[in-house]
Amino acid sequence: MSVRIETLVRRAPGPESKVLLDGVSLDVPDGGFVALVGPSGAGKTTLLRSVAGLDAPESGHVVIDGRAVEGLAPRERNVGFVFQNYALFRHMTVAKNIAFGLDVLPRGQRPSKADITARVAELLTLIQLPDLGQAYPERLSGGQRQRVALARALATRPGLLLLDEPFGALDPVVRRTVRAWIRALHDQLKLTTILVTHDQEEALDVADRVVVMQDGRIVQDADPQTLEEEPATPFVMEFLGESLRFEGQISSGQFVPNQAHVGAFDVQSLSDGPAVAMIRPHEVRLHAMREDGAAVRQIGVRYGLIRLSVNLGVRTVEILQPEPTASTFYDCGVQLDIQEARLFRDGKLARAAQEAETGQQHEMVSAI
Amino acid sequence: MTAPVLNKKNLNISRWVLIITTYIIVGIMLVLPPVLVIIEALRDGPYAAFASMTDPDALAAIRLTLVMTVASVAINSTFGVLAAWLIAKYRFPMRGILLMLIELPISISPVVAGLVWLLLFGTQGWWGEALNRMNIHIAFAPAGILLATLFVTFPYVTRTLLPLMEQQGRDAEDAAMLLGASFWQILWHVTLPEARWALLSGVLLTTARAMGEFGAVSVVSGHIPGLTETMPLHIETLYNGYQSVAAFSMATLLAIMAMATVSLRSVFESRAHNVATGEHDA
Repeated sequence: MSVRIETLVRRAPGPESKVLLDGVSLDVPDGGFVALVGPSGAGKTTLLRSVAGLDAPESGHVVIDGRAVEGLAPRERNVGFVFQNYALFRHMTVAKNIAFGLDVLPRGQRPSKADITARVAELLTLIQLPDLGQAYPERLSGGQRQRVALARALATRPGLLLLDEPFGALDPVVRRTVRAWIRALHDQLKLTTILVTHDQEEALDVADRVVVMQDGRIVQDADPQTLEEEPATPFVMEFLGESLRFEGQISSGQFVPNQAHVGAFDVQSLSDGPAVAMIRPHEVRLHAMREDGAAVRQIGVRYGLIRLSVNLGVRTVEILQPEPTASTFYDCGVQLDIQEARLFRDGKLARAAQEAETGQQHEMVSAI
Repeated sequence: MTAPVLNKKNLNISRWVLIITTYIIVGIMLVLPPVLVIIEALRDGPYAAFASMTDPDALAAIRLTLVMTVASVAINSTFGVLAAWLIAKYRFPMRGILLMLIELPISISPVVAGLVWLLLFGTQGWWGEALNRMNIHIAFAPAGILLATLFVTFPYVTRTLLPLMEQQGRDAEDAAMLLGASFWQILWHVTLPEARWALLSGVLLTTARAMGEFGAVSVVSGHIPGLTETMPLHIETLYNGYQSVAAFSMATLLAIMAMATVSLRSVFESRAHNVATGEHDA
């Protein structure tokens, strides 16, 4: 099922009326796996709940499979929802929990008892808990509860699966397994999935497309690779992983950092002026200097990379290097080479194309 | 080394003094009255006590009390559940005021509540005459007693359910709704089962209170023996008529009914507590 969200606006109830969703628009194609990420309070869960029909937006539309769903009963939306804390019914067995969506169907549409039992058995096999049908939820581990919640959401064969921080309460090892398993399930059942998470690594790992949200707005909506290569704002760059930030100036085709011990590098077709360069610690290269370089100190190892601390005078930065550091680095120090950095200007990614556009606008203005 | 031992001894002594004082107070204030009531009831032997119960007015009082209790428990449980649900799971304007109003019967004197019903439905009251012409009798009739009992016992189911429902939050209900359950299905299959021990506890509290209510009922009932006398009113009538064996026998019966309800309630309360702390009962 495809989902189209059109300029959704929602305010927090109460007199302060903080804006939770500030005109959010989003398209999720049939079969897509989209992750909504952002810090807490960004509006991810509110957006998800609006799609499910749990929260009514102030304005805007949610269109599921070409049909506007305002005022449509949740049953008719054909949506499966997994809550952050799973929200299992504690007084029902696992089998009863899973069967709930079928048990509450009106008599005419309800499958026979035997069919429901068969469907429950099928789902228990799917979630790899075939023998736990008669157990009560509190006998289960977090990972098992999570899978039961998923089976319950899938029992009525929804086309759209909404997951609200589904891995939040799991320990890191279980989390990675369940994550891979959910992705496999999504592909196997040809679902359309929207996942809310505050864990950017999880989002990049599991989704086709990652939607970064901040203060009730979508900052960037792109595939993981684009997000990494062309983050729309410094916030996206920082949110998606550790990053180093260098202020500087662009002048005559070169970015010149304001910082000592950091090398200038060529940039194409960007106009002169201040800019900010941001780079991942592992993308920084080091050049040994003959004299007056920045002092380097090894401080540890991570992911098989060497962690180095480089003293730039006013501040110290940590970078990652693939190989044991050449001893020459320690003699007279180093200079940082940050030519892999993304450049930002006015809080946005500085692109050649954008510059051209701005240039055109200037021409138009002068023509008038 | 001697000082701490001395301290410990002191502590032990003060602890025992506290415990013994508590038991003495409880004994005098709480245990002695029912024991005296039972002794008084049995003064002329168990047969006399039992015989006093078979008096038609006594039987009518017992029957009326039971009917009033069952009716007010049924009505107040229904509305109590709905009120608790509304207040716990939704945020709406004047919610705080509603919460305060529901607790009003706990703080207001039952006699005042009885007077209000009289003011509305009594022969001299606002609507009394009109209702009388339509042959509807509320004051000095069972309907008035029911209204008075309902008012007095209104808060108990809501008050016992609210903390539990608020703690449980709305996720289970939201999940049920997304799975296609209707309002009544959610209430019946999700909300009530999850709160069943607290609900039972509230129902039993309502029962105990409804059986024993005197003040509000006394004002609206008119004390017509055999017709509008509940057990507490009948006890008063008997006592004022110097029939102390009959009065104390009836009082014994009422006390036993109330104590049975309260002990049942404490059993359920501990179960509810176990459920809340994660020990499942199944």
